[in-house]
Amino acid sequence: MTKSFRTMLLASTVLAGPVLAETTLTIESWRNDDLTIWQDVLIPAFNAQHPDITVVFAPSAPTEYNASLNSKLEAGSAGDLITCRPFDASLDLYTKGYLADLTDLAAMANFSPVAKSAWQTDDGKATFCVPMASVIHGFIYNADAFAELGLTPPKTNAEFYAALDKIKEDGTYIPMATGTNDQWEAATMGYQNIGPNYWKGEEGRLALIAGTQKLTDEPWVAPYRELAKWKDYLGDGFEAQTYPDSQNLFTLGRAAIYPAGSWEIAGFNSQAGFKMGAFAPPVQAEGDTCYISDHTDIAIGMNAASPNAEAAKVFLEWVGSAEFAKLYANALPGFFSLNSTPVAMEDPLAQEFVSWRETCQPTIRSTYQILSRGTPNLENETWNASANVIKGTETPEDAAKRLQDGLASWYDPQK
Amino acid sequence: MAQGRPVRWHIAVFLAPAVAVYTALMIIPLFGTLAQSLFNLEAGARVFVGLGNFRRLFGEALWSDAFWNALGNNLWFFLIHMLVQNPIGIALAALLSSPKLRMAAVYRTAIFVPTILSFVIVGFVWKLILSPIWGIAPGMLDAVGLKSLFAPWLGKEEYALTALALVSVWQFVGIPMMLIYAALLSIPDEVLEAAEMDGITGWSQFWKIKLPLILPAIGIISILTFVGNFNAFDLIYVAQGALAGPNYATDILGTFLYRTFFGFQLQTGDPYMGSAIAGAMFGIILIGVCLYLFGIQTRLRRYQF
Repeated sequence: MTKSFRTMLLASTVLAGPVLAETTLTIESWRNDDLTIWQDVLIPAFNAQHPDITVVFAPSAPTEYNASLNSKLEAGSAGDLITCRPFDASLDLYTKGYLADLTDLAAMANFSPVAKSAWQTDDGKATFCVPMASVIHGFIYNADAFAELGLTPPKTNAEFYAALDKIKEDGTYIPMATGTNDQWEAATMGYQNIGPNYWKGEEGRLALIAGTQKLTDEPWVAPYRELAKWKDYLGDGFEAQTYPDSQNLFTLGRAAIYPAGSWEIAGFNSQAGFKMGAFAPPVQAEGDTCYISDHTDIAIGMNAASPNAEAAKVFLEWVGSAEFAKLYANALPGFFSLNSTPVAMEDPLAQEFVSWRETCQPTIRSTYQILSRGTPNLENETWNASANVIKGTETPEDAAKRLQDGLASWYDPQK
Repeated sequence: MAQGRPVRWHIAVFLAPAVAVYTALMIIPLFGTLAQSLFNLEAGARVFVGLGNFRRLFGEALWSDAFWNALGNNLWFFLIHMLVQNPIGIALAALLSSPKLRMAAVYRTAIFVPTILSFVIVGFVWKLILSPIWGIAPGMLDAVGLKSLFAPWLGKEEYALTALALVSVWQFVGIPMMLIYAALLSIPDEVLEAAEMDGITGWSQFWKIKLPLILPAIGIISILTFVGNFNAFDLIYVAQGALAGPNYATDILGTFLYRTFFGFQLQTGDPYMGSAIAGAMFGIILIGVCLYLFGIQTRLRRYQF
């Protein structure tokens, strides 16, 4: 009896051993900035509980990620775990059968429907990635410069331009650090940053998807009119200023305000030698409801063809846990956990950003869900239009009309 | 009659390795791409659409505008190379071959070195040089009192493509220089001496004797430049990204193909339309090369020494 039990136990260890003992999981990601955090914090914490699973974080360059991941999946050489872009890029992978259905994962209970919405089928029945984090848009400012010039963080549009005028008049600092060379900052940190206050967040976004609002309607053109005014407050030669140029201009203390996404916090904390603060996108009039872009940005899913599915699920359960949320949010301030368990964060700048969740209505970027499925691609066109509008080579009305025509050419509810 | 010529197996055997490698790496992918351009996805299944993709590419304003823009930019890119790179290359080679020039080897090496640099390095270095914020270009212009001439060239629609074409010229001017230099060196001294006896020296010797003798080399360089430029992609991608900003002003066929085939950001890749663009590029290059081979190459007079 005991002997046979022992034999069984022995047999089970021998049999089960090879299955997990030598499992190596590879994570595909575009976050090459996070390499050290994965290696030094996250993977060791996971291995403390599961020493039998080796995890390798293998990131590629952000702009090449989607293309290279698609090729790897088609060729069958992709890693076991796939970092998921929000919405269509991942949905497309799921419908093609490259991402596994994770609806039954126990950890999914830790996330709200909104958090999961970016990685679900349109009917919400299947979820294929475990949500990791969202990013919030706003403006980061040089607090020392503001104190020197006697400025307070602006709340309304009028105050915002008054502050910019004052910085420009003083001449010590470039009022605002952003460029149009790489195009995406103009759209992401410009249009999608200030826009939700005009189209009233989810209300406008959903109306656009339903076809009851058009991109040529006032709430969608008005943010472009504001962007057109930014030109006067940007540095010399902003047309050729790249994203790293803008980051450096700000962290070197040469610019006072930086239209930001919260993902900048970690980098800025280590680069900038001055005190920083943040303010939410200014509202049109005092007392208006504020809307912020709290964009579900990053999740992690499983390669359906992975030979290590069991180990990958163990890892994904851990990613969905409160422990991971706490580690991740504190290791990467500015990537706010989507886990329902509240996470205490130590970074003051990150706290400032996340505090807007209490007073403002959150929404996600308008172009991400459904609307960028066709050709021309609305997101890419928005980059181009926003850059053109800031440079003044296209009027806000023309840009809006071009985007609307492009969208209407393939999206039935907008026809 | 019974004594037919023996089968010359050795020809096939000697050709086999090169043919096999070339077929596997070039011919099969090329025809695979051309075949793929005749298909498209309909309701999730791959179906034969004939020339439907090409009809879309040239017929729908959405695609044709982007295509003609890319082709126009590509022609401009090529034109700059022909008008700037090749004349400078010839001039440099003429100077280098002058027996009076000292330290010719140093110049030759210095001018040729950028050619072996990676596009990534060239693109990055020039982006920094021309940067309005950290670049040395504004400072240098300021030092000679011409600051007003500086503009953020890479960010302006009207200058960006020309600026990048000139960067590419800077990188590759060594190639025409070396080819022409070799051609100049191969001109026999007797010919030049005979010219001198007839009183043709200096510049008129270059125009009347040397230039006609190096014309075949110039022809080869032109066709290499043509093929290289119409396949170009790297420099634009490194300097301006796949969206080839500002406002698609630097979009050439290579970047247009990349965006379409592999997708970009939220845009998912479309291998079928991408193949159609690749097919169009192949056609353009084929026509260009044929025009050269049958229209120009056959008319070039060659001299045997």
